[in-house]
Amino acid sequence: MDSDTLVLMYRKMLEIRLFEDKVFELYGQNLVPGTIHLYTGEEAIAVGVCANLRKEDYIVSTHRGHGHCIAKGARLDRIMAEILGRKTGYCKGKGGSMHIADFSVGVLGATAVVGAGIPIATGAGLSIKLRGTDQVAACFFGDGASNQGTFHEAINMAAIWNLPVLFVCENNLYAMGTHQARVMLIDDIAERAAAYGIPGVLTDGNDAIAVYKAAEKAVERARGGRGPTLLECKTYRQKGHSRFDPATYRPKEEVEEWLSKDPVRRLRKQLREAGTISDDKLAQMERDVAEAVEAAVTFAVDGPHPAPREALEDIYA
Amino acid sequence: MRKITYRDALREALLEEMQRDKTVFLLGEDIGRYWQGAFKVTKGLAEKFGEERVLDTPISESAIIGTAVGAAITGMRPVAEIMFGDLVTLAMDQIANQAAKIHYMFGGQSRVPLVIRTPFGGGVNIAAHHSQSLEAWFMHVPGLLVAVPSMPSDAKGLLKAAIRNDNPVVFCEHKLLYPIEGLVPEGEYTLPFGAAEVKREGKDVTIVATMFMVHEALKAAEALEKDGLSVEVVDPRTLVPLDKKVIIDSVRKTGRLVVVSEDCKTAGVTAEIAALVAEEAIDYLDAPIKRLATPDAPIPFSPPLEKHLIPDEKSIIQIVKKIV
Ligand SMILES: Cc1ncc(C[n+]2csc(CCOP(=O)(O)OP(=O)(O)O)c2C)c(N)n1
Ligand SMILES: [Mg+2]
Repeated sequence: MDSDTLVLMYRKMLEIRLFEDKVFELYGQNLVPGTIHLYTGEEAIAVGVCANLRKEDYIVSTHRGHGHCIAKGARLDRIMAEILGRKTGYCKGKGGSMHIADFSVGVLGATAVVGAGIPIATGAGLSIKLRGTDQVAACFFGDGASNQGTFHEAINMAAIWNLPVLFVCENNLYAMGTHQARVMLIDDIAERAAAYGIPGVLTDGNDAIAVYKAAEKAVERARGGRGPTLLECKTYRQKGHSRFDPATYRPKEEVEEWLSKDPVRRLRKQLREAGTISDDKLAQMERDVAEAVEAAVTFAVDGPHPAPREALEDIYA
Repeated sequence: MRKITYRDALREALLEEMQRDKTVFLLGEDIGRYWQGAFKVTKGLAEKFGEERVLDTPISESAIIGTAVGAAITGMRPVAEIMFGDLVTLAMDQIANQAAKIHYMFGGQSRVPLVIRTPFGGGVNIAAHHSQSLEAWFMHVPGLLVAVPSMPSDAKGLLKAAIRNDNPVVFCEHKLLYPIEGLVPEGEYTLPFGAAEVKREGKDVTIVATMFMVHEALKAAEALEKDGLSVEVVDPRTLVPLDKKVIIDSVRKTGRLVVVSEDCKTAGVTAEIAALVAEEAIDYLDAPIKRLATPDAPIPFSPPLEKHLIPDEKSIIQIVKKIV
C-alpha cells in the first residue's frame, strides 16, 4: 500500500476517534439532545472502505454513522452542528445524530430503522447501472441488521442485477444487548453471501489495512461490472450501545481483549514500525486533528438553533 | 379525442414519460414481457424500452420500494408497481419512514421523485388480502402525495404529473376501473395535484366521492334526477394535497354533503373530508353531513357478503335521501 493512503487513513481514523470522544464529552455537558451511538472502536471499517471510494461514489449509513460520514469526506463542523441540533448542521437540525447526510460527497444519509438502508444502497447501485457511470455504492449495517428481511431482499436483488454495491456488515457482536450467538446459528455472516451467489468476504474489522485490501477487491469487482460483495468486518464497540448503556451484559474479559485490539493504536503502531511517517509528523497530525475537532465544536456551539417555524419547511420538495 | 380504457390511459402515460425522459424506469413483480403486469398496465413496455427499464423484480416489496428510493435520490425517476394495494404493508417502512422523510430529515438536500402505483379496492371476489382500500393510511404520512384518479383522462394526466413531481407519490388505482373507457387527450396532458373536479353539476346536494365510487355516485345522481333532485358530484382526484376550495364551494352552493369512499369508515377518507367541512364550512350546511364508507370489517370472499359491505349506487341513493 502506498504511504500517502496509509497516512490519510490514519488521519481519518484519528478524526473519528477524537470526534467521538468529543461528542461523548459534550454529551456529558448536556449539549447533545437525544441519544448518541458512538463509532469508537470501529473506525478501521469506515476508513478502510471509504479510502477505496471516490467523491462521486455513494455510501448509505446507520444510526452509528458519524464515522461513516467523516470517512467519506463530510465536514466535522457541520456534522457536529447537526448533532447539536443547529441550523448550521448538514440537515438544518432536522436529522440529528442518527440521520446525517451530505449529498455533496455521496453520503446518501443514515437511517435509524435498522436494516432499512440496505435496499436504498441497492437502488443507488441500480441507478448507477441505469445511468451507465462507473460509480459504486457501499452500504454499512450491523450484525443485527443482517437478520432483517431487507438484508435478504436487497442483497438478492443486487446479485441478480449484478449491481456495483458493497454490503459492509460491521459485526460488533452485539445488537443492543443481544449477542450474535443468541440470534443466529452461524459464526460468520459472510457465509450468507453463498445464498445469493455472490462472494462473502470475512475480514478483521479492527485492522485498517486488512479492511482496505478486502474493500479494494470488492470495489474493483463492482466497478468492473462484476457485481456485489458481502464484506463482513469483525469488530467491537468500545462504548455502550447508546447514551445510557453501561454495557454490563458484556463480559469484562471480552471487553478487555477487544480494547487491546484497538484499531487506531494498531495502525499507528504499524505506521511507526514501517517508518511510513516520522514521529514529528505524527505528533503534528495529532495536534492538527485535535484542533480541527475543537474548531468543529466552536462552529457547532456558535451556530444558531433553527427558528421554530422551520419545523414546517421542507416537508415537500 | 378518442375513447380508451383507464388501463390504456395509464400505459400511455408511462410510455410517453419514458419516451420523454430516460431517467424514468419501471420496476415491479411480473411487469415485464412474460406476464405484462397483473392488470396488464405495463403491456408491451418491456418490448419497447428493454428489460433494463421495465424491471421484473423478485417478490420483495420492501426492496422494490427501497431500491426505488435509492434510485430516486441518485438521479432516476422510478415508477414502482406493487401488484396489489394490500401488499404495500410489506413495504411500509420504505414508504412511510424512508421515502416520505428523506427530503425533510436531511434538511431539503435530496428529493425523492418516486411513484408507487398500486391497485386498491374490492368487487372482484378475492377476499381480505387483495381487496382493501388503504389510501387513507398515506394521507397520514406527511411527505407523501396521494393520487386517486377515477376516470381514464384523470389517470393519464395525474400519472404524467406524478412522474414529473419531485415528491414520492402513492398513485392509487382501482381494479374495477381498469376496463372503464373514457375520452382521453392524446399526447401531452398533465393535471395539477390538488385540483378537484366537479364531475357533475347540481344544486341540491353535494356528493364527494373518489375512485370507483365516483362512478357509483354519478349513477346515483342520474337516478335521483328522475326524482327531481339535482346532485353535484365532486371528485377530489388527489387526497394529498386536498382541494378544499372546490369541496367547500360546492357545499356552500348545495348546503348538503354526502361523502362516499370505499375505504373503512373509521379515520378514513370520509372522516377527513367530513371533518374539513365541519371545521371550515359548517355555516353553509342545512343538514348533517353523511358518510358512506365500507364498514370497519375485512373484505369477505362470498359475493353476497362483499356486496353487502361496499358502497354502491343503491346505498348512495339511500343515504342521500336521508338528508333531503
Ligand atoms: C427496525 C428497528 N428495530 C429496532 C430498532 C431499535 N434498535 C436500534 S439500534 C438496534 C441494534 C442494532 O444492532 P446492529 O445492527 O448490530 O448495529 P449496532 O448498533 O451494533 O452498530 C436496535 C434493535 C430500530 N432502530 N429499528
Ligand atoms: Mg451490532
